[in-house]
Amino acid sequence: MLVISCPYCGDRPEIEFSYGGEAHVVRAPASVTDEEWTAFLYQRSNARGSYAERWRHAHGCGRFFNARRNTVTDFFEQTYKIGEAPA
Amino acid sequence: MTQKYRLATGGLIDRRVTVPFTFDGKAMTGHAGDTLASALLANGVHLVGRSFKYHRPRGIVSAGAEEPNALVGVGRDEGHYTPNLRATQVELYHGLRAESQNRTPSLERDVGSITDRLWRFFPAGFYYKTFMWPKGAWTKFFEPRIRAIAGLGRSPAAPDAARYAQIYAHCDVLVIGAGPAGLSAALAAAETGARVILCDEQPQFGGALLAEPGQSAWLAEQRARLAGFANITMLPRTIAFGYFPHNMIGLAQDLTDHQGETSDDAPRGRLWQVRAKQVITATGAIERPLVFPDNDRPGIMLADAARTYVERYAVKPGNRAVVFTAHDDAYRAAVSLHEAGVTIAAIVDLRESPEGPCLDAARAAGLPIRTHATIIGTEGNLRVAAVSVATIGAANAERIACDLVLMSGGFTPSVHLFSQSRGKLAFDPALDAFIPGTPAEPTIAAGAASGCQSLEAAIASGRAAGLSATGQAVAAPVAETVAAGFLGEVPHGRDPASVRAFVDFQNDVTAKDITLALAEGFRSIEHVKRYTTTGMATDQGKTSNMNALGIVSKSLGVPIPSIGTTTFRMPYTPIPFGYFAGYARGDLFEPVRETPIHAWAAEQGAVFEDVSLWKRARYFPRGAETMHEAVARECAAVRAGVGLFDASTLGKIEITGPDAAEFLNRMYVNAWTKLKPGRLRYGILLREDGFIIDDGVVGRIADDRFHVTTTTGGAARVLNMMEDYLQTEFTDLKVWLTSTTEQYAVIAVQGPRAREVIAPLVEDADISAAAMPHMSVVECRVAGVPARLFRVSFTGELGFEINVPADYGRAVWEAIDQAGQTHGIVPYGTETMHVLRAEKGYIIVGQETDGTATPDDVGLTWAIGKAKPDFVGKRALARTALASQTDRKQLVGLLTADPAEVLEEGAHLVADPAQPIPMTMLGHVTSSYWSAALNRSIALAMVRNGRARIGETLHVPLPGRSVAVTLTDPVFYDPEGARLDG
Amino acid sequence: MQKFSAFALAKEALSGQKGWTRQWRDAAPKPAYEAIIVGGGGHGLGTAYYLAKKHGLRNIAVLEKGWIGGGNTGRNTTIIRSNYLFDESAALYDHSVKLWEGLSADLNYNVMFSQRGVMMLSHNVHDEQVFKRHVHANRLNGVDNEWLSPDQAKSFCPPLNIAPGMRHAVTGAALQRRAGTARHDAVAWGYARAADALGVDIIQNCEVTGIDRDASGRVSGVQTSRGAIATRRLGIVAAGNTSVLMAMAGQRMPLESYPLQALVSEPIKPIFPCVVMSNTIHAYISQSDKGELVIGAGTDAYISYSQRGALHISSHTLEAICELFPMFRRMRMLRNWGGIVDVTPDRSPIIAKTEVPGLYVNCGWGTGGFKATPGSADLFAYTMAKDEPHKINAPFNLERFGAGRLIDEAAAAAVAH
Repeated sequence: MLVISCPYCGDRPEIEFSYGGEAHVVRAPASVTDEEWTAFLYQRSNARGSYAERWRHAHGCGRFFNARRNTVTDFFEQTYKIGEAPA
Repeated sequence: MTQKYRLATGGLIDRRVTVPFTFDGKAMTGHAGDTLASALLANGVHLVGRSFKYHRPRGIVSAGAEEPNALVGVGRDEGHYTPNLRATQVELYHGLRAESQNRTPSLERDVGSITDRLWRFFPAGFYYKTFMWPKGAWTKFFEPRIRAIAGLGRSPAAPDAARYAQIYAHCDVLVIGAGPAGLSAALAAAETGARVILCDEQPQFGGALLAEPGQSAWLAEQRARLAGFANITMLPRTIAFGYFPHNMIGLAQDLTDHQGETSDDAPRGRLWQVRAKQVITATGAIERPLVFPDNDRPGIMLADAARTYVERYAVKPGNRAVVFTAHDDAYRAAVSLHEAGVTIAAIVDLRESPEGPCLDAARAAGLPIRTHATIIGTEGNLRVAAVSVATIGAANAERIACDLVLMSGGFTPSVHLFSQSRGKLAFDPALDAFIPGTPAEPTIAAGAASGCQSLEAAIASGRAAGLSATGQAVAAPVAETVAAGFLGEVPHGRDPASVRAFVDFQNDVTAKDITLALAEGFRSIEHVKRYTTTGMATDQGKTSNMNALGIVSKSLGVPIPSIGTTTFRMPYTPIPFGYFAGYARGDLFEPVRETPIHAWAAEQGAVFEDVSLWKRARYFPRGAETMHEAVARECAAVRAGVGLFDASTLGKIEITGPDAAEFLNRMYVNAWTKLKPGRLRYGILLREDGFIIDDGVVGRIADDRFHVTTTTGGAARVLNMMEDYLQTEFTDLKVWLTSTTEQYAVIAVQGPRAREVIAPLVEDADISAAAMPHMSVVECRVAGVPARLFRVSFTGELGFEINVPADYGRAVWEAIDQAGQTHGIVPYGTETMHVLRAEKGYIIVGQETDGTATPDDVGLTWAIGKAKPDFVGKRALARTALASQTDRKQLVGLLTADPAEVLEEGAHLVADPAQPIPMTMLGHVTSSYWSAALNRSIALAMVRNGRARIGETLHVPLPGRSVAVTLTDPVFYDPEGARLDG
Repeated sequence: MQKFSAFALAKEALSGQKGWTRQWRDAAPKPAYEAIIVGGGGHGLGTAYYLAKKHGLRNIAVLEKGWIGGGNTGRNTTIIRSNYLFDESAALYDHSVKLWEGLSADLNYNVMFSQRGVMMLSHNVHDEQVFKRHVHANRLNGVDNEWLSPDQAKSFCPPLNIAPGMRHAVTGAALQRRAGTARHDAVAWGYARAADALGVDIIQNCEVTGIDRDASGRVSGVQTSRGAIATRRLGIVAAGNTSVLMAMAGQRMPLESYPLQALVSEPIKPIFPCVVMSNTIHAYISQSDKGELVIGAGTDAYISYSQRGALHISSHTLEAICELFPMFRRMRMLRNWGGIVDVTPDRSPIIAKTEVPGLYVNCGWGTGGFKATPGSADLFAYTMAKDEPHKINAPFNLERFGAGRLIDEAAAAAVAH
């Protein structure tokens, strides 16, 4: 069980959170082409190594936030609020 | 028996307490402080089990967790029975009942040992090479026979009677292992005020020192010091079994197993999940067996284990022993046994010219030593009777009679937990073993687990670890000279084809099996392991892995560090499932959600169904009514008069804020801007991929306030989805979301007399048809309770849904029920609700839709706000496969030719029921009921291009017959909707 | 290829096992191959085997960064079934089951395909609707699957708890009798041995670090930890690592890789005659030939290549197992491990050409790839050999996501794969 540092609440165990998938995937407007829409909706970097992802402190403050985690070691590099740039 | 191998003095057992027990029905006694293994040895019993593959007679090899052979089933009855327990870890208790395993009919005479006589036909991996013919014979013939021979113990035959506990804990330093290093580490850390947890698998702290009478004073002092620290949590009988990410350690604490036949009220064990800032693994080292021909007979045991039996348990493991070693430590064992009265017939040392204080002590005791010598074979069936000793490389051997063989190939540090933590192991050539190298987590190894061999070094490394873990300065480590020992098969000069030198005792893997695997091209150590099964038994290779590596290394001519190890996996030793399941059993397996009206329904004899976590009343049988009869009655009552339905499980979300309408515009397919306060609208929610995920009625309470309902199962999912968009996509909107599912009880009153029933109870609102049309909402009081009163119908009849604070739900329900008595009001359940809505062609998300349906598929295109620039799922609906209308499945009604025939839900439709298999399926039945109102069966279906097929006849093929159906509009009852107004 | 048989075993028994030869060569990479498969699991080795056997290619290499069969092939719970809902899936998985039925004989390697039956438990009205929909669809597709009452389910699997008072009582079950289990390692080794006999080079400890393309954009070779190797036909069959490899050719994939855990108990005498799955309470269980109870769980929550998961995921699975089989509560967990499963948006696989000429991909098997091993390999070999998909795998293309032609068994059925 990971320890996840909620930017609003601090370190909490993984079971307080729900996962939100890859971060910084910008929702495409309805005007995009099929290819662009497909890329937005389905294609993911699925990176091996440093990976930007979203978590929600679902059983805590309820806030979504972003994180960078190494997907090989599962150690977090940082967590940061929605709208903030990664350090 | 009379414990004739019990020593008169010494040991940590309590001779004042005699403990009776049975083994395979034979009554014996031991003493408090014994393990089952030590008690059996005290009674002269070495033969304890049979091996996995060859059913070879096997005895006790070790005195601890590494035991591969002495596996027994223990338990007073089937509800307390556990197979495969290591006798070396089972604490003896009054009345303990143990039985041997994997033998028929008895341990002494086992018919399964036929495989031993035919061993040449069963080399490693033999089963991959045969049993392939004829087709199907594997499943029907060979496999059942192999399975019967395989397996070790047997499953308990009755449900477990015990209970289990779980706890989470945090600490600054978790010390695993309370031997000299662990004790020193815990004390050093505790001195700084750090919160320390110290655990050890043994009932007493002390580790290896429990078998060192000479150190008892030091040990007593350390224990006394431990007791003085309030900041140390001491957990004896607690196995650290798993090392999880971010320094979380799983501990399994035995609470009552050792107490014997206690009440089941107290938990049997407790699972600890400890988050530690620092972990210190002081987990000791495990002695390696030597791999020599026929090294597996009962009476052949690890040297240090034999010494432990003498010194800790005051048991003589035999009368006449041969000691076979490649390490000085075995000489200490020889001296111990000698002093206990065991004749040491010979000490056979593989090394050419070993020297040191241990040897000096053995020589001083007059023990016969043969160096540069080896054992080339053993004799004895159910107990070792003799060994053949030869000088290495020489042909002639000396036969030495004995009833006990001690062996020592040196020590393997227990790096299991460190390795589980993903720390990198380093190969120490001086030790011929892997030791902890670069850690991946905040973890430090200490004592024998880090490669120490002397007591001084272990204590110093433990203290250093404790200091380091708490940020203190650390002194330089104590210098010591360590000794390696021997890895792999010893030289014996015999024809390899005719001898079996066992590497993995439990799985019967011999040195020859490993070389065979290598010859067949299995070169990776993981391949060797999997092909031969070495290290895959219940001891997970604790005594065998390094010897296997040694054989691979020698055979391939590759140094061990280049071969690497197999992966260490949790758990360190087997842990009962019950520890993990913990409290989650019965009603605590998952929470049961009950509505405020649940108890009333239960009192009325309702039959409930599970819908997600909720219990929902399915129907209310009267007398001996079947479900069919009850539902027909309930349906008729609603259509003709009035019914009462508990809709409290519907998800409810309060959406407020100046941008609430715009938020709904972007989330739902519908347009919300023009919805007036006081009005309701049926909303459809899509996933971004265009498929329906949820639906529900949404009421606008005020310009900036909406009351949203969701499906029962979808409430949490929808709220999470809304929060996601609100927080991460639509961050420009000022909107707040609040789950109100459990704040409201929802009472549906449905039927032509609904208004008459509730009108007398409503205050502060005019609910006349003129003032309150269909799809409107008003805030008022009902039965004196503040309410949001919806005029809405999921039945097609005049209907209301009354939302009141949950705590008042039952009171309001009962008031309505009371008021309805004169109108013949009837409570109805989910089954009737389903029938009534199906008669009207109303869909249920999750029944008509299945995650692959668009709004158009289910005839809801009308709901889409066409003018909206965007909403979740809008873009996806324009994709080719979704936009093409012709081949998609669409919602239709079905009428069977025989009105009495109620189709099975899930049945499929075809054009030609006579076509060969595989048939071309056109769709499936999603809902199917007997309709009391229509006095016939009805069904809804999703059918390819279904709307264009209305009027056509299709067929539902069933086993042995086929049912013709006519496709119809999905609205069967009151298609013009006249009844909505009562 | 040395013929395996009872006769061969007897012969070697009497001659000291000296006659056994290498089951496959430890090949070193050649400068060029007609086709290269990246990934030495069952699917990859099988692809090489069928390319050689059915399509006549001779100069084939399988590149494996570790040891063959060391990924999900050697880490799964070995369940094999084909009672899928949609026509496309039923055709794909039943193609596999049919190949499984003859695989031991075909490979001359006992893969221990045991048709013990897979029983999927229903716990509520919704489950019943879903499973009956499967039963009906399967029957019309020629795939066996039958509905059992709770009593029938218990008589098929005596340890099952069907007490009506359970938190999630068993209300019935769907049983596929032709379904079952197989020996996972044997599948990798059997394909390796048979492929090797047809000349396929199996190259272990060879990690692909780059994909080369010529001026036209076509695949021209791979860079590896053991040097550059040329090929114009490259098949990626790398499960959890597919995204990483495809990125080397500039391709973003509709995949996410999650940890999936499994565990075994200590071995016991035969007690569990089949496979039982419960989607509603998240568990599946069978008993191996060795006697271990083999238990699988759902995936962990987050993307990871760490090959391990969280304790609470395993615990949740064991909670379910102990509810369904309370007599196993005292059984002990012997070994727990994790794999990396690559999951597509519709939980169905991709067996397809890509927009890069000469590059083919077989991935997205999620938690259920083992069952498909022979069928997947056979169809992927066809696709690579003909440069076009077989009609069975044609729907399992990459374009279906953009077009919205998803094959979403999970959404349609809420059934674990």
